[in-house]
Amino acid sequence: MSRAKRKDRLMTGIFYAIGWIMLAFLLYLTLTIIFDGLKGFQWDFLGAAGNGIFDQFFNTIYLVFLSLLVSVPIGIGAGVYLAEYAKEGKFLTIFEISIESLSSLPSIVIGLFGYLVFIMWTGMSWNILAGALTISILSIPLITTETNNAIRALPVEYKEGSLGLGATKSETIRKVLIPAAMPQILTGVIMAAGRGFGEAAALLYTSGQSTYINWQNFWKVTSPTSPLNPFRSGETLSLHIWVMRTEGALNPSATQIANFTSAVLVVLALLFTLVTRRISDRMRKRNNGGN
Amino acid sequence: MMEDKITIEKLNLYYGDFHALHDINMHIQKNEITAFIGPSGCGKSTLLRSLNRMNDLVEGCRIDGSIKLDGTDIYNGDLDVTVLRQRVGMVFQRPNPFPMSVYDNVAYGPRIHGITDKKELDEIVETSLKQAAIWDDLKDRLKKSALGLSGGQQQRLCIARALAVKPEVLLMDEPTSALDPISTSKIEELALELKKNYTIVIVTHNMQQAVRISDKTGFFLLGDLVEFGETDQLFSMPKDERTEKYITGRFG
Repeated sequence: MSRAKRKDRLMTGIFYAIGWIMLAFLLYLTLTIIFDGLKGFQWDFLGAAGNGIFDQFFNTIYLVFLSLLVSVPIGIGAGVYLAEYAKEGKFLTIFEISIESLSSLPSIVIGLFGYLVFIMWTGMSWNILAGALTISILSIPLITTETNNAIRALPVEYKEGSLGLGATKSETIRKVLIPAAMPQILTGVIMAAGRGFGEAAALLYTSGQSTYINWQNFWKVTSPTSPLNPFRSGETLSLHIWVMRTEGALNPSATQIANFTSAVLVVLALLFTLVTRRISDRMRKRNNGGN
Repeated sequence: MMEDKITIEKLNLYYGDFHALHDINMHIQKNEITAFIGPSGCGKSTLLRSLNRMNDLVEGCRIDGSIKLDGTDIYNGDLDVTVLRQRVGMVFQRPNPFPMSVYDNVAYGPRIHGITDKKELDEIVETSLKQAAIWDDLKDRLKKSALGLSGGQQQRLCIARALAVKPEVLLMDEPTSALDPISTSKIEELALELKKNYTIVIVTHNMQQAVRISDKTGFFLLGDLVEFGETDQLFSMPKDERTEKYITGRFG
């Protein structure tokens, strides 16, 4: 065997090994979390009161939903602006770099900023909406960057084809460019939701560490104990893990609760990613056809 | 005496400092096919793209002189650019169907211009696809993505899409350069059929194509319109030495 060929084999082997190690590690991690979570499982974990985490489960979904409600339109709007309206040049480059670095700022800093703006300045107490808005600060850049890149990657012929039929620029963007870029934009939405599921530090001082819900009041949105009231405080799953590991540790089942919460959170995030990926793949398939 | 559909007078076009078209004068007549030929970079595509103001998209593009559509100045008149582009449709070099179904591609233009009635849209889609001679190929796959079609089918779909907004003029920018010979001859037959109802302007690299389908031909060189006249005459007895050199293959 020649030297070049041996080297090639070796490198291929190394890359395969790295890939398998990563996969094994990921599987190990996920399975450990899920098994540990199930090991100490007690039925009352599923309830809404006492040791139950149903409220936290609901809060997490609600908070992610609210934050996407804010970050998806703003993120897509900003991405479209960057790709289609902003003038090319130094300013645009600086702007793009700033947006990209915004999403990698330490989340505790963003959390304190959210506390300052959404809690101190508004004079309200901890609430879910403040948490969702704080998460949006972290997730808008992800959607913006993804949208910007997706639209720039589209062939210029799409735009010309649409304008050539007498469409205006905004019709072209709404009816051709955004739908064509949607599969990739959804990748940004997955990452944005991931921030919402996983974030704890940014929520400490914004959405709060307690939940007082009365499920009887579900549709009475203005009631301070209604689950749907966005102005009530609401602890999410990831925050609950942290609380159970610190001040909540007085509870004799704290470790089991924290483990179970972790398992639920991992499964929830995984499910969301899988479902969104499926939608995105379907769209891609529908767009690109095949016979 | 035939009617002028498009009248180009003393047209100069600049990309920033670059003077791309010099003093072009041209009369494009109704229900004829007018071909633009010339070597790459001679300005033929630039001129074509001025006829529906696609050059507006290019930053630093500036124009003086006038282009009139049925006597109305398309740059300085009251003609809205979206209306202009509806009346002057375009088919591009690379087939560019949108990433959506065959039906939605053809219905795109009519929908943009305010047609929402399902029956009316169905009719337009069918008529347009028939006019583009591709209805039989596609009638059973209207809901399938247009990107799954072959190149030749895609290009005829794009012609159908352009026809769906009921244009008066059809601009074709090297419409067969990305296609195989069979698809090319289908597009050429189609162009001959369409000229009964439309005015067609076609840019082509292929001189035989100009001879086969066009009534008039303009030969461009370095931004000048060197010669413009009846296709037969231009190819058999060119008046200008440069035209002769080009069509006999001595440069270009």
